[in-house]
Amino acid sequence: MPNIDIDAPGSNQLFIGNEAMARGALEAGIGFASAYPGTPSSEILGSLSEIAKKRDIYVEWSVNEKVAIEAGSAASFAGIRSLVAMKMNGLNVVIDFLSTIILSGIGKKGIVVMVGDDPSAHSSSNETDSRPVAKWLDIPLVEPGDFQEAKDMMPFIYDVSEEFGTICLLRSVTRIAHARGNIKLGEIPKIKHKARFEQFLDPAAPMPTPIMCIPSPFRHMFQHMRIDKVREKFETCSFNRYVGPEKPDLLIVTAGSGWLYSQDAVNALKAEDRIGILKLGTLWPLPEKLVKSCLSRADKVLFIEETDPFLEGAVMEYAAGFSAESKRNMFYGKQTRHLNSFGELTPDAVIKAITSVLDIKYAPRDAEYMKKVGAIPQDHVMDRLLTFCPGCPHRASFWAIKDALHMDGRHGFVTGDIGCYTMALGPAGFFQTRTHQCMGAGAGLANGFGQLGRFGFDQPVVSVVGDSTFFHSIMPALVNGVHNHANFTLVILDNGATAMTGFQPHPGTELTAMGEPAAQISMENICRAIGARVEICDPFDLKNTTRTMLDLIEQEKGARVAIMRRTCELVRQKKDKKPYKMQINPDKCLGEDCGCNRLCTRIFRCPGLIWDASIGKTRIDEVICNACGVCADICPEGAITKEAVA
Amino acid sequence: MNKLAKDPINLVVAGVGGQGNVMVSLVIGNALVHEGYFVTIGETYGSSQRGGSVMSHLKISAEKQFSPLIPEGQADVVLGMEPVETLRVLKSFGNQNVITVVNPRPIHPVDFTGSGGGYPDMQSLLGQIKSLSGKTYTVNATDEALKMGNAMLANMILIGALLKSGLIPLSEDALIPVIKNMFPKAVAENTKALKAGTELVGILS
Repeated sequence: MPNIDIDAPGSNQLFIGNEAMARGALEAGIGFASAYPGTPSSEILGSLSEIAKKRDIYVEWSVNEKVAIEAGSAASFAGIRSLVAMKMNGLNVVIDFLSTIILSGIGKKGIVVMVGDDPSAHSSSNETDSRPVAKWLDIPLVEPGDFQEAKDMMPFIYDVSEEFGTICLLRSVTRIAHARGNIKLGEIPKIKHKARFEQFLDPAAPMPTPIMCIPSPFRHMFQHMRIDKVREKFETCSFNRYVGPEKPDLLIVTAGSGWLYSQDAVNALKAEDRIGILKLGTLWPLPEKLVKSCLSRADKVLFIEETDPFLEGAVMEYAAGFSAESKRNMFYGKQTRHLNSFGELTPDAVIKAITSVLDIKYAPRDAEYMKKVGAIPQDHVMDRLLTFCPGCPHRASFWAIKDALHMDGRHGFVTGDIGCYTMALGPAGFFQTRTHQCMGAGAGLANGFGQLGRFGFDQPVVSVVGDSTFFHSIMPALVNGVHNHANFTLVILDNGATAMTGFQPHPGTELTAMGEPAAQISMENICRAIGARVEICDPFDLKNTTRTMLDLIEQEKGARVAIMRRTCELVRQKKDKKPYKMQINPDKCLGEDCGCNRLCTRIFRCPGLIWDASIGKTRIDEVICNACGVCADICPEGAITKEAVA
Repeated sequence: MNKLAKDPINLVVAGVGGQGNVMVSLVIGNALVHEGYFVTIGETYGSSQRGGSVMSHLKISAEKQFSPLIPEGQADVVLGMEPVETLRVLKSFGNQNVITVVNPRPIHPVDFTGSGGGYPDMQSLLGQIKSLSGKTYTVNATDEALKMGNAMLANMILIGALLKSGLIPLSEDALIPVIKNMFPKAVAENTKALKAGTELVGILS
């Protein structure tokens, strides 16, 4: 696979949307990029990190999104174009800073926040739409409608940022950011970046210092004026366009992935002569004149957009202002329930909305085929619930936590957090996790539970977090817990990577995003410096880990910490071969007569273990098993054996 | 690049997290883009290494960029890396004309019901797949790959078989530069696996 900086202008490449955006940022001449990983945004910075040294730009995985945006803004203040990337949850983390930089304005060079929304929450704990933030805070907002635009929009939006002196927002969704399509490359300019923070005390200077957000009401008014000027520019922007007949029966107003789905739907329904599409690339401020001219083309208007009725609301709000002077449109979309304002958009949902509004008959498959589909036995397409990878240390960690809480016997529970270990809400982690919110929330909740002893609360509370999460947002909660004598155990699952999002480095790992040696921050030193008791264990040593957990749970005073340390299996297997030869002795395997009724396949449930009903024994699937050896310690009969491979 | 008999051609790659579904769609997609086609790939992911059902949607066009998702019943080709997942995809995206290429090697689901995680009877499963497809090819890709010494080669064997199915506008030769680019340390094995795939195709009777 070529790197995103491949020097082949005019050539066609297959890029995911995130790579296209990163390439676009290079073509726009950025010199600085910072981000915290989060699906579906991670590959923006990931792909830049691979070429940063070669292209002489600075790239950083920041400890969290807030530090990322502040660091990126400093680059703008010193005259370097900068990019900040995050998922939708990260935008919540940076709103405080955004609310001031819109007032202070930026530096001489542009700064763009690229936020990846995850409709349907494929890999998220919530499903929020980032676009209302643009309207709320007066930030120019663009959204690419395909892969080529994901690249081509970048130079444009940096120009907008600099021309109007404001931070800008680019929103993409999973089906653009994480889908792949053709990209025709442009040129990457050769820029020798030179940074200097100019300090102009003259208030009439282009960027007077101090850069600040006071007097706020005056600057707030000024930002409103800026947005009106941006609107003028957006009116004639080529990322907004109308395609279709002069006077269609139906006007679709769409943006983002809705642009591709709308075209596909019109194509599938062969309704090109009946439907026109207004595709917007600049969403806020709304290009009102363009919208007004398109609304006059048709009586019926259908909005196709991901998640919230953002365009729908903005266009209807605007149209209400001129309804007296012209005919009224019929508006269809999420408020009329033709589409949902939750879950992701699909081509089928768009087809259904169009056929409903225009009363078109559409059946994708004939009755005879659907009869055969209906006859598929239920057990032939059984569910495959998610689980930890074969050999994942988390399965062992939660096994130890489960056993310790069970032995303690006071109905203790786990407050969960964000990462692969979220799966401990379900059978993968033996249903141990009982709360699940946002990054860092499990430790905050544990602080609260840990103060309830005075009201009779006597259940042990275990906050389980990942290593990257620890640095992102757990440290303040641990300080709070130690300072206030909150009664809980913090478990840090240290697998040496930000595994869920693709193994990005974090402050505890050896290398920076640019591949240079990092100052590795020790979690145990931090925790001990805060004043917590810290125990470190290897989750694959089940006996010791369980004993340590039980001891910590029963300490019954203050916040204390267990670090369960074992490299992520996906990282390990890239470097080493399987450590053991795993075997099952069928003579020893008791099958369903086992004291625990198939403990290994029914309770432990590693995908590498298969229940073979035909012989009534457990088998190992050698294609799936990664030979971690933990099941050998689980089997009460010693039927599973591990033999070290030389 | 040639004009396609049907445009776009919709291909679904179906499998289980960890099998290499994304890699398969990347190999095919890169080769097609190299040949001048428009390709759009949508993936279900998040579960990509975690035992869940994974599928990739590929839309191949000589004319334009299509959206990353295939509508209900509109698959032209299904590449099934695992039989249950093949049937699951046919249920939503199949039609009477779809060409199905399936690897009959099961990946057992983890037992979440306490029922033993029973895997459906293979003959019955393949029968359902056949009844929902216009044409069905079975390829014992995993068995062949294990003979070659690496289970992951099953993916390249399946790609070879897919080329034989006739609808995907790619020759074996078109894949060689992609193999060299993506697997520089394993060019010989992958080329051999690709060839084996083209020879292994058998029609279900």
